[in-house]
Amino acid sequence: MTYVTSDLDPAAAVLREVVPAGEPWMGIVKRGQRFRIVDLEGNQAVDTLFYSAARPEERYSAQDTVREQGNIYLTAGSRLLSNECNTMLTIVADTCGRHDTLGGACSAESNTVRYALEKRHMHSCRDNFLMALARWGGGLDKRDLSSNINFFMNVPVTPAGKLTFADGISGPGRYVEMRAEMDVIVLISNCPQLNNPCNAYNPTPIELLIWDAEGKA
Amino acid sequence: MVTQLRERIEEKGTILWEERVRGGAHWSGIVRRGVTLRITDLEGGSNVSTLLFSAEDHLERYNMPDTLKAQHTAFLTKGFVCYSDMGRILCSITEDTCGWHDTICGVSNAAMVRARYGETRYQEHRNDRYQNAFDGLLVELAKYGLGKRDFAANINFFSKVTVEEDGSLCFHPAHSQAGDFVDLRFEMNTLVALAVCPHPLDPDPQYRRRDVLITARETGPAPADDPCRNRCPENQRGFENTERLYR
Repeated sequence: MTYVTSDLDPAAAVLREVVPAGEPWMGIVKRGQRFRIVDLEGNQAVDTLFYSAARPEERYSAQDTVREQGNIYLTAGSRLLSNECNTMLTIVADTCGRHDTLGGACSAESNTVRYALEKRHMHSCRDNFLMALARWGGGLDKRDLSSNINFFMNVPVTPAGKLTFADGISGPGRYVEMRAEMDVIVLISNCPQLNNPCNAYNPTPIELLIWDAEGKA
Repeated sequence: MVTQLRERIEEKGTILWEERVRGGAHWSGIVRRGVTLRITDLEGGSNVSTLLFSAEDHLERYNMPDTLKAQHTAFLTKGFVCYSDMGRILCSITEDTCGWHDTICGVSNAAMVRARYGETRYQEHRNDRYQNAFDGLLVELAKYGLGKRDFAANINFFSKVTVEEDGSLCFHPAHSQAGDFVDLRFEMNTLVALAVCPHPLDPDPQYRRRDVLITARETGPAPADDPCRNRCPENQRGFENTERLYR
């Protein structure tokens, strides 16, 4: 696992916001700005989607990103591509080592499949996404929910094709930092999943930081 | 060869219709619950980029992550099912002679096809121009009022891409042989959109048009002892969710 740190000073950030466990966050990161997500307590899944702020029809594409970099894991150097194969953001620092983009988001409906029909009532990432999109307005809705990134999640695939949600490889204070290559809308669900051992059945808060392009310390 | 295939198919159910889809072309249609669609790779090495939607509610569509994580797999073959984002099963893979279908690598697009195979315009090349799956599928989706926002992660039937220990992708050329087929038994009324275009990771420098035959036959819904249903408790619950639609 390779780690790349960032020398940006949190005190110089134009936004510092803690997102409590299980809650959504939606905001804009402008071209050239740096966007950092900090896993405050460790092994928290941060389900994330990006949309072009100018033309939201253009959005993050897990398949295009994975194929064009020839690797399923995201880490420093990964270019996050849109459905039109443009670079939306570039991961410039990563102290976790790798992130998943095949595992998708939990939903009430997928929880009934994965765990039990009785789990339908439990809070989920897709409910967060839908609530955040409804508050945001602008015509974004369920149609716009595509396969997301799970920052800090460890979803290994074997050469034989087995896929598992393994124990996390993140830890308290680890972070991933991106540089926006276009103005993007960021949609996050700080995953509320209580049925999966990968987060020790314990969702925890994250911190988001944004620096302006010239905000380097 | 088609005659031989037909004989094999007739053993398993009444043929409703059959259609040859030309390599490079795109197609869409509604397949009802209880109908099995066989896709046959007539020449070998074909790739069928596929999107699936509930025919009644196009907001409900094939969901790659939900399909993979429910069944702990990174590929599709016989015994697996294709989940929608609503915890239901659009179709089950009841037969498969090639053993691996990709669902993580996405589709070819115009820029990629132009860079790899060269520019071909309709004016000079007519229907032999090099078509790409992204545009072909967008055209099919538009016939139902759908567009880019509805273009979720797809399946690439007949293509094999494995993942090495370090996460890197490995495309396996010549994976599917002439006559290989996959059977999709539909558990929901489903809008199926196909583009028979080269896999985006296929290193072949030639644009190959490899036709497929699609054959629909009446097979009925999944019985209680169905291997796809009973593959794992997740699928049993997925079938329960699906069957509630039809009770």
